[in-house]
Amino acid sequence: MKLIQSLLLGVAAACAIGAAPAMSQQFIPILSYRIGPYAAGGSGYFGGAIDYFNLVNATGGINGVKLTWEECETEYNAARGVECYERLKKKNGGASTVEPLSTGIAYGLIDRVAQDKIPMTTFGYGLGASADGNVFRWVFPLGTTYWDQVAAMVAYLEQKEGGAAKLKGKKIAYLYHDSAYGKEPIGTLDALAAKDGFEALKIPITPPGTTQESVWLQVRQQKPDYVILWGFGVMNPVALKTAAKVGYPREKIIGVWWAGSEEDVIPAGSAAKGYVSAAFSAPGTSFPVMQDIKTKVYGAGNGNLEDKSRIGSIYHTRGVVYGILITEAIRNAQAKYGKGKLMTPEQVRWGLEHINLTDARIKELGATGMFPPVKTSCADHEGSGMVKFQVWDGSAFKPVTGFIAGDRALVRKLVEEAATKYAAEKKITPVDCSKEM
Amino acid sequence: MLYREAGQFKSTYLADSAIFPLRQDRIAMAVLLAIAFIVVPLTATPYLFSAILIPTLILALAAIGLNILTGYAGQLSLGSAAFMAVGAFASFNFILRVPGIPILVAFVGGGLCAAAIGIVFGLPSLRIRGFYLAVATLAAQFFIIWFLTKVGWVTNYNSSGVITAQPIVVFGYRFDAPAPKYLLVLSIVALMALAAKNMTRGNLGRKWMAIRDMDVAAEVIGIPQMKTKLLAFAVSSFYCGVAGALFAYAYLGTVEPEAYNLDLSFRILFMVIIGGAGTILGSFLGSAFIVLTPIVLNVTVGWLDASGLHVPASAGSNLEVIVFGVLIIFFLIVEPLGIARLWSIGKEKLRLWPFPH
Repeated sequence: MKLIQSLLLGVAAACAIGAAPAMSQQFIPILSYRIGPYAAGGSGYFGGAIDYFNLVNATGGINGVKLTWEECETEYNAARGVECYERLKKKNGGASTVEPLSTGIAYGLIDRVAQDKIPMTTFGYGLGASADGNVFRWVFPLGTTYWDQVAAMVAYLEQKEGGAAKLKGKKIAYLYHDSAYGKEPIGTLDALAAKDGFEALKIPITPPGTTQESVWLQVRQQKPDYVILWGFGVMNPVALKTAAKVGYPREKIIGVWWAGSEEDVIPAGSAAKGYVSAAFSAPGTSFPVMQDIKTKVYGAGNGNLEDKSRIGSIYHTRGVVYGILITEAIRNAQAKYGKGKLMTPEQVRWGLEHINLTDARIKELGATGMFPPVKTSCADHEGSGMVKFQVWDGSAFKPVTGFIAGDRALVRKLVEEAATKYAAEKKITPVDCSKEM
Repeated sequence: MLYREAGQFKSTYLADSAIFPLRQDRIAMAVLLAIAFIVVPLTATPYLFSAILIPTLILALAAIGLNILTGYAGQLSLGSAAFMAVGAFASFNFILRVPGIPILVAFVGGGLCAAAIGIVFGLPSLRIRGFYLAVATLAAQFFIIWFLTKVGWVTNYNSSGVITAQPIVVFGYRFDAPAPKYLLVLSIVALMALAAKNMTRGNLGRKWMAIRDMDVAAEVIGIPQMKTKLLAFAVSSFYCGVAGALFAYAYLGTVEPEAYNLDLSFRILFMVIIGGAGTILGSFLGSAFIVLTPIVLNVTVGWLDASGLHVPASAGSNLEVIVFGVLIIFFLIVEPLGIARLWSIGKEKLRLWPFPH
């Protein structure tokens, strides 16, 4: 028992030391993961976010308010993530917003952020239903949810076939990571299949998915016109290699954004050539904002990535886009509540609800083509739903479409149904967004 | 000097078989409970409650469960996290589908479901032992998680396959702040730890230990092997089930089956091994060690970084894992029987201090 006490005292003391005031800066906790099986994603993404925050600080902050942050290693583990959140939420004047980049941690935080009144973003993942701001006041699945993403994939196929009517009678195989993540879009896919008249063939792959011979044998027997690959981690290169082995054309495989980074295709070697994946941000270093990061942040020796060749990689640019969105939300909040002032989490929440990144504004930020226009509102916490498709040519991802969206009305209907059910289960009274400004 | 039993005479059998035969131990325990129940709730911060104390206590309960099975009855199991998942998902369904059921009854129901499943997966223990049994319980881990992801009914057809814990309401009082949640968890864990301690000291515990030490000999002296082993599985899974329900309701809130993965099973097993197999105290010490050490290391690295010594984030994260691993190996080399054994050696030394022979 003595051990527990002394450890507790140690933690308490460490907290007290760490809580030195830095009140004049806007604090953002960074729940990163730089070790473990998903380290490639975590280090690139949070590296990108920190690089952008550094750029903001180097160019005078947000109307003079500098950003400050603190990292905490979550190892992509829900329990560790919750501890990190609890540790950082009150520090340095309080957390403005939080982004765990992990579905499991996000689930653990949904109730907590509502109670603590700290907005949480789940940029491109998380609960599909949380796009409904009437019920999920404090959760922002910015960019696109999995539901909108699968709808955009179907829209891409429609485009490829030359019209929605052409998809009728076609067969689309949905190969998914057999987990909450892989099951999330099934409802939307079924609704789209009913609407467009295609057949959705659902084939689960047991994680981690290191052997997929039987799965691809099924694909070969069923001869689907397209395969949607909803994989994660090692599952993706294995899928591409096995597809090559059974002779399924990779041009007909469309991957989710978790299956669309360099780390997913390079291990598959030449088998990945021609494979198409979704993305809600574009990679590369040609954008002016990326150039700024290179010169003003890395040039000054403040860069976060140790491996400079990863600047402009998929995960890194995604992190930069996250940084842009958060900064924009804080800037919005300042425009309403006072420029050059520190924003409270409630005010940042208002800012997140009023993001309006038009093409013109994106150009001002030097990120034209890097991400689609985003416009959030009280009811719509997602704001875009647009996805870009890119093809792997053996050495780099090349865009094949601009940013396109799927049937958003249909997805919105599903979102509202799911959110209503959630509210009933949790006994939450939804707010009426039509009455709010 | 302080820790001396001279003058304490036991004049009845009852006094002789007490949990804490020494007066000093009784006082220490009373003080500890008073601190846990009164001082801590008055002084601790919400961070301590919801990020440190609650998970430590819940995982200690799961470790007690596994300790009953592995430490006392000698049956190796790698399925503890899966039994926790059964407890959580069963409690969720009880509350959802049985109108007006008190939440504590639902937790017990979740525990009983876990016990039933535990008995089923304990059946191979009648034929196989040791590592082979561990592999059989591994099947439980994979099967149960697969089942929970596969069958929509258990998650009330949630499209993401997750459950959202309903609010904890006992006699009209809503436990949503960290301190009341902590008190609830502490009460449940304290009661169940007391029950476990008594079980292991009594008839049942002796039977388990006899089976552990040599099952053939135990059978020869009249201990029914099947009943005893399956009972160990049932009790152990019940403890894990209740811990799993608390993990979902008092700690995480919204849970996917993946939260109860093999990794968690291993962590619970490490708690038992490092804390001390076959001791209730060891479960608490092991849980504290496994939960707190990474946090302390993380804070230390952050503190070093802040105090001017620049530590790159990735190096810090790796350093944490390295030091944690080294500490585990160190403890196992210094005391293979666990931290609880270190504690009892310390007590022995204290009894002789300051005049050792």
